[in-house]
Amino acid sequence: MKAGSNLEKVFESGQFAVTAEIGPPQSANPAPLTHHAKMLKGYADAFNLTDNQTAVVRLSSIASAVIIMREGVEPVIQMTCRDRNRIALQSDLLGAAALGVKNVLCLTGDHQTFGNEKGAKNVFDFDSIVELQVFNQLRIQGKQVGGEVLKDPPKTYLGCAENPFATPYEFRAFRLAKKVVAGADFCQTQAIFDMDMFEMWMDEVRARGLDKKIHILAGVIPMKSAGAARYMKNKVPGMIVPDHIVDRMKGAKDAKEEGIKLCVEQIEHLKNVKGVHGVHIMAVAWEEMVPRIVEMAGLLPRPNFES
Amino acid sequence: MIVAKRKPLNEIAEMLAPYKKVTIIGCRSCVAICLAGGEKEVKMLVSALKIKNKRDGRKQQIEGTVVERQCEKEWVQEIEDEILDSDVTLSMACSLGAQTIGDMYPKHLTFPGLNTGIFGVPEEQGVWSENCVGCGNCIIHTTGGICPIARCAKSMLNGPCGGSANRKCEVNLEVDCAWSAIYDRLKLQNRLDLIESVTPAKDWSASHSGGRRVIVREDAKLTQHQKKGKGVT
Repeated sequence: MKAGSNLEKVFESGQFAVTAEIGPPQSANPAPLTHHAKMLKGYADAFNLTDNQTAVVRLSSIASAVIIMREGVEPVIQMTCRDRNRIALQSDLLGAAALGVKNVLCLTGDHQTFGNEKGAKNVFDFDSIVELQVFNQLRIQGKQVGGEVLKDPPKTYLGCAENPFATPYEFRAFRLAKKVVAGADFCQTQAIFDMDMFEMWMDEVRARGLDKKIHILAGVIPMKSAGAARYMKNKVPGMIVPDHIVDRMKGAKDAKEEGIKLCVEQIEHLKNVKGVHGVHIMAVAWEEMVPRIVEMAGLLPRPNFES
Repeated sequence: MIVAKRKPLNEIAEMLAPYKKVTIIGCRSCVAICLAGGEKEVKMLVSALKIKNKRDGRKQQIEGTVVERQCEKEWVQEIEDEILDSDVTLSMACSLGAQTIGDMYPKHLTFPGLNTGIFGVPEEQGVWSENCVGCGNCIIHTTGGICPIARCAKSMLNGPCGGSANRKCEVNLEVDCAWSAIYDRLKLQNRLDLIESVTPAKDWSASHSGGRRVIVREDAKLTQHQKKGKGVT
């Protein structure tokens, strides 16, 4: 065991994992986090706390992690390279580990021009792959990127993201291979709507033997409306939403119900893709739907290692 | 070359408003080639300011001149009288030229007429793109001759990021994704192996992160004796 997190135990026991996302609030009020943690406890193995996602200022991911841990819920903190240089990244890794956070997802980060502080100076001292490599060296050898050796290294389970739908497509499986070499233990993918394309990517992933080296969680997003589908199709960079999905949402009598149904069908499909070891449910601003989706997809009860 | 863009007329007029005598100084180097601060642009600005002053009822004496390279003291010295005869100098060079005048005549006011932008290359008439940020440690022999530090919005060393669609940058859909371009170039050169391994953390100490940089060429420096000799001639 690298960190002994619940998520790691689920993977190590060979069970199909479920992760979901809890978006930290745009305020100093911890109540929404506590509320969601209570509501979602037992419905996923770990919950991602986004790190100022789309460069919008929110309650910090590490602080959010501590708040949900008080409710007995396991966090995956996201750590982007946009706002922190190597000093802050390594420091926050130590800090998070000291607070009991065991899963860290390494991301380059959305550019600040997408957010609500467009005048910000960005950092990008590292990219996500360098971040993984540095964190991996820090946890295994206790060695900082600058060479200093620390006495008590952090015990961390390291994750990454990958987007099979961004160009150049032919480099995407290879990029995952780089992340494996850099030290990633698990990978959460970008939301999948185009199953054929995802399976083509998985073919390449398996051909390279990567599915044996990293636990892949297939990403899904339940949609509330046809507008949401259109938005993701046209406005979100690197996301592919096929027309038949948009049409299905458009033609639905009850768009929300259809969105849930579609998401459950996607999970059912993804469960049977060889090399997929779990799903990652990104119910953005719709966290309350996660229990229903997990239940309908036949993923309950979640493994419990405490008893 | 260094590519700059003239500040808006109103901003320049506002900057110069309190002064009676203004000298506008252009530069025949980079900023002339990028159509921002050469002889022609100085003449145009002098005319525009005169028209504006007339309309606004402001009395101001405005002269324009141009030097070969405003970032070199020897050239600036040639127009010392014109500089010191004015209340304020508006530099139409890049910030290097403006700062050279400022450093030479610290009591005199020198304001910038341009916004200095990028180390850029002309793509077509009137379009320049940033291809270098002067990081001090060039790696483009490993990236197909394309700089990811300057040309990727996130300066990724192991790109492309997950936001690249149709080989364009998510930050500006008009701009090519640097890492898509790197991938294509290396594929063309049959050198994709170069990006198959992980590129480790970059040492940024040679960049501006290491503080203001001074490049010294000991072999090119003049000896005390030579400096003395130069002074005589």
